[in-house]
Amino acid sequence: MENKEQGFVTIEGKRVPIQGEKNLLELIRKAGFNIVTFCYHPELAVYGACRLCLVEIEGMGILASCTVTPKDGMKVRVNSDEIRKLRRINLELLLSSGNHDCTLCSKSNNCKLQKLAKDMDVTEIRFKSKKLDSHKDATSPALVRDHSKCILCGNCVRICNEVQGIGAIDFAFRGFKSKIATAFNKELGESHECVSCGQCARVCPTGALMPNSSEIEEVFKAINNPNKKVAVHIAPAVRVGLGEIFGLPAGEPIDGKIATALRMLGFDYVYDTAFAADLTIVEEATEFLNRFKKGTNLPQLTSCCPAWVNYVEKFAPEFIPNLSTARSPMQMMGPILKADFEEKGGKREDLVVVAVMPCSAKKAEAKRGEFYVDGNPDTDYVVTTVGLARMIKEAGIDFVNLENEWFDMPFGTKTGAGVIFGASGGVMEAALRYAVAELDPENARSVKFSSLRESKVFKEKTVTIGDATIRVAVVSGLKNARKLLDDIKAGKSHYDFIEVMSCQGGCVAGAGQPQFEGWALRKTRAEGLYKEDTELAYKSQDNSGVQALYGRILDKIGGPVAHKLLHTHYKSKKYQD
Amino acid sequence: MTEKFAPVDKILKEHGCDPAKLIPILQQVQDLYRYLPEDVMRHIADKLEISPARVFGVATFFAHFAITPKGKHIIKVCNGTACHVKGSSFVINTVKDKLKLKEGQDTTEDGLFTLECVSCLGACGLAPVMVIDETVHGQITPAQAVKLIDEIIAAEAKHA
Repeated sequence: MENKEQGFVTIEGKRVPIQGEKNLLELIRKAGFNIVTFCYHPELAVYGACRLCLVEIEGMGILASCTVTPKDGMKVRVNSDEIRKLRRINLELLLSSGNHDCTLCSKSNNCKLQKLAKDMDVTEIRFKSKKLDSHKDATSPALVRDHSKCILCGNCVRICNEVQGIGAIDFAFRGFKSKIATAFNKELGESHECVSCGQCARVCPTGALMPNSSEIEEVFKAINNPNKKVAVHIAPAVRVGLGEIFGLPAGEPIDGKIATALRMLGFDYVYDTAFAADLTIVEEATEFLNRFKKGTNLPQLTSCCPAWVNYVEKFAPEFIPNLSTARSPMQMMGPILKADFEEKGGKREDLVVVAVMPCSAKKAEAKRGEFYVDGNPDTDYVVTTVGLARMIKEAGIDFVNLENEWFDMPFGTKTGAGVIFGASGGVMEAALRYAVAELDPENARSVKFSSLRESKVFKEKTVTIGDATIRVAVVSGLKNARKLLDDIKAGKSHYDFIEVMSCQGGCVAGAGQPQFEGWALRKTRAEGLYKEDTELAYKSQDNSGVQALYGRILDKIGGPVAHKLLHTHYKSKKYQD
Repeated sequence: MTEKFAPVDKILKEHGCDPAKLIPILQQVQDLYRYLPEDVMRHIADKLEISPARVFGVATFFAHFAITPKGKHIIKVCNGTACHVKGSSFVINTVKDKLKLKEGQDTTEDGLFTLECVSCLGACGLAPVMVIDETVHGQITPAQAVKLIDEIIAAEAKHA
């Protein structure tokens, strides 16, 4: 039905078939006119506010094409004199208010407003500027808001409402005073609703909302401090995202180049978060099998996504007993590296642990009080994928032409199960690989997981091993997760194990990754992880470094030492009157 | 908690907890408290199953709603076209001076008065118009405005 032609629209004299396009703007883009817009986002509801997709439709006049349903026989002008004039005026009006000093903005080169001004060669603004809110809100460890760069397109408001189902921010005040505000205009760090997922920053066309990058400076300082050793580890999704910034093909895993670049930056130890992901699986899947056998606290909910953990604590604390107590890979890596450093005679505070993450919420996770020992954090600094690119650029490293090196041992060893953590469905697949092998070692590779790898926000699977039937679900996007929780509460859904990732498509689509729109790139990045998986060992229990760790530091799986270092606890943070 | 918001819950119930009725709900709630306190807005959001940021957005969009406590007596001076032409700015400035209101401040320190400049009261024939609480005063002069305020201050002093 979608591909059935429903007539033709004439765009700048060219006949373009309608093939299920929801609005005229999509059809215009299909015809090859890539009009840059601010408030139109393919993943969000149509808003029609930025007025940059204005077109002239014969017999209908001038309209925002994103709000028009294409109809057979429409004649559309995209670049008439009138349209060109209006589009330029609208752009100048957007530029006339606020701070658009591109050379001093972290979003430069990746900003839609800047791109459009350049494409249209806007060299002067005819309208007098009005001084606007210049307040910069850096109170959240995850995100920074700069209202002076905001053009009020509302993308952040809509993704927070429509996709995450939270509504931490909305339009407030009126006229020149209009702004995007949290409830009661609190700083983001004080917002009761924000879970730090950062999807707002992912859809922001300007530099108004960005992951907090203040820690980069501290990382450079630690590297240059002769009294400190600095360890760095990179999350799975980073290896399939970073290359895009340097013009390398999307989705191509570039572990080797990244390891080289990290050494050139001066890190003493270069590790892979996928090692800790294997460790997470060993603990979390064991925890699941125990709960499954006893039938308690099911469905078990994964806990490696920090925005999801924030969500449960703030909005669904009744599910806290269901959350896995296993820490996220990042928060397992920190204490293990520090324990290892101490075992070798070092002092905990002399090892600085830096995590490179595709995520803004990871920054907030590292700051949680329970992840500190005597004032020293398990993870000292979190840098995003984009933040690492900035460090590489600042250091003048010719990234594209780097040779491949390998991660340091033993915390650079990993299995494919640890690598696929970065995609929605990957954590569940890794956990099931572990569980199947534990329950039926003879047929460890008998289960196929293609249904968990699809580009969908909700996936489910039933695995039968001997007389055990495990029902699992994988959900991404917090609004979808909320619906699943509601269905469970209402007794409409029954699962044993559920993986939740806050970002649709998983960590590959995190706020710390290079900015993108749509599902195609999510898929490409995830495929990169599954490709790397085929070159590695299949299941987490085969990670030799992890095995050695249980002999050396951790003792028994799920034992007291493992619990101290690798597990955590949660508490209700629900708003109380 | 439930008792604290019982009168609000009554209003919410009258409107069937319908988020589409947010504006009338806020109007009635504001009549109750003379402004919209934060915890009340949170409570309304919770009951209507919308985000508190949305309630705050609506409350700050309309000039009618106040998010800080309003004074006991509300003075509205019209600054619509007709009133403006007839010199309402002089009335506004005089009242501001009289009430010792600083830039951006609309409620007096003692909480007795709130001054609101409104865009039209629909009584252009009486321009310039001032409304104190529910009483309309047409063709007002700065001197008359000061006199009316003094009368209220005197009456309040007698009460106290």
